[in-house]
Amino acid sequence: MNTPVITFRNVTKNYTLYHGLTGGFKNFLFRLPKAIKQIRDSKYCVLKEISFEVNSGETVGIIGRNGAGKSTLLGLMAGVLSPSSGTVEVKGKVAPLLELGGGFHPDLTGIDNIILNGVLLGLSRKEVAHKISAIIKFADLGGYITQPIRTYSSGMLARLGFSVAAHLEPEIILLDEVLAVGDADFQKKCMNKILEFKQSGVTIVFISHSMDSVREICDRAIWIEDHRVKMTGDAVTVTKAYQSCN
Amino acid sequence: MKNQPKSSHYLDLIIVLFLKEMKVRYKSTSLGYLWSILHPLSFAFVFFIAFKVVMRIQMEHYTLFLITGLFPWQWFANSVSTAPMTFLGNASIIKKVNFPRNILPFAAVLQDMAHFLFSLPVIVVFMLFYGKSPGLSWLYGIPLLLAIQFLITYGMALIVSSVNLFFRDLERLTGIALTLLFYFTPVVYAESMVPEKYRSLIYLNPLASLMINWRNLLLNGALDPRHLTVSIVYGLVIFGLGSAVYKKLSWKFGEVI
Ligand SMILES: Nc1ncnc2c1ncn2[C@@H]1O[C@H](COP(=O)(O)OP(=O)(O)OP(=O)(O)O)[C@@H](O)[C@H]1O
Ligand SMILES: [Mg+2]
Repeated sequence: MNTPVITFRNVTKNYTLYHGLTGGFKNFLFRLPKAIKQIRDSKYCVLKEISFEVNSGETVGIIGRNGAGKSTLLGLMAGVLSPSSGTVEVKGKVAPLLELGGGFHPDLTGIDNIILNGVLLGLSRKEVAHKISAIIKFADLGGYITQPIRTYSSGMLARLGFSVAAHLEPEIILLDEVLAVGDADFQKKCMNKILEFKQSGVTIVFISHSMDSVREICDRAIWIEDHRVKMTGDAVTVTKAYQSCN
Repeated sequence: MKNQPKSSHYLDLIIVLFLKEMKVRYKSTSLGYLWSILHPLSFAFVFFIAFKVVMRIQMEHYTLFLITGLFPWQWFANSVSTAPMTFLGNASIIKKVNFPRNILPFAAVLQDMAHFLFSLPVIVVFMLFYGKSPGLSWLYGIPLLLAIQFLITYGMALIVSSVNLFFRDLERLTGIALTLLFYFTPVVYAESMVPEKYRSLIYLNPLASLMINWRNLLLNGALDPRHLTVSIVYGLVIFGLGSAVYKKLSWKFGEVI
């Protein structure tokens, strides 16, 4: 199966820096011409004319230094960010971006978060209700599942988030360094689940600073540096090149 | 590239977000009901003391007069004053999933509307106490005014919640604007008490015609067609404006939040 499910064509992403606005309305109004000019000028370019494809069923690792633009790339895939130019095409049901400090609302319980998560992903309430016991079992949070998630540790949040994503039958999973905080036991569980996903043809994009996990999970790796794709190819080759460069 | 929901799924999304809002805001549903009544009632009490007891306003059933204006006003004021936080408070959702973000203010305004509806029985109790009773015209009048107020309130909420992501101090401005608007709207006084030469200015206030009709409907079972038309026009304009602002800004939400 070599049909691309994620396609980036000449994607450029600029962030507008709003330092002119943090001064608030008053500053903005009193220095209107200057403020507008400032907004126009203060763009920060993170990704510059990037093009690549991710094929259906592939597991791809994204590597690069802090601030290279990995999370930005994932945000573009998830559709929560829009490219400044170029096109991003994603085909299939995307699971909510999984990142550190997951969870949706601190005052909601684990169960509430699961339901919200599922419905936002595109399931009906009924479908979520069917799956909820399997999710709770996988997360294995004991009595905490009925507690507000502000009482969770970061590992527990990752467990909750991953469990939901794993059971909602997504076609594309985006992981931003989530596995790093799970304990050995849960990491193993996740690894197994990810392997299971690979077998069933789910596409996974995985950001990590751990070259070992990239090598272990991914077929392919993309190395982002200086706003561009510096290297892409077989996971072992790319991670080796990246390591020898640092 | 997006999980665009079908219409049946929209409903599920709204229900789930509605319930979430309920939990987050009031922690428990039963207490939420109490708040939605206590808040406007305490306001009514304050204005009763100020205008009836102290300033001796010449009006019979002033309590009834107050609450028939204050209850719908509270819905509007609650929705708009919490709007700056609608997107900010849901930052983690917005940064993780692509879905129609306007469902968030929609569910929030729906929430306040529900509380207003739940508070209507209180108005009925007061009416019965003063020897009045609800009219048949409520059957069509209430849904009609609800729809108009929903348009106005949702439109305002869209504007305030979207713009606040870019100007974080909008929250304060909103508070000031609401207070001003409140005293320019015939809620604690009747429109007939406004001096003749200023009376036509009332039409400049998008909320005035609506509030006048609420009171008209609840107290006398009547709707003023002229005020009705004005409020429908305001509803459409504000809703259109809100949608335009949202459309223009929403693609940037993920990065400024
Ligand atoms: N919302 C934003 N507004 C302005 N600049 C941003 C925004 N988000 C990220 N940036 C900038 O874009 C660059 C890339 O950020 P990004 O989060 O994509 O990096 P990353 O590769 O994920 O880094 P890390 O390994 O530390 O997670 C950084 O310089 C960051 O400061
Ligand atoms: Mg990152």
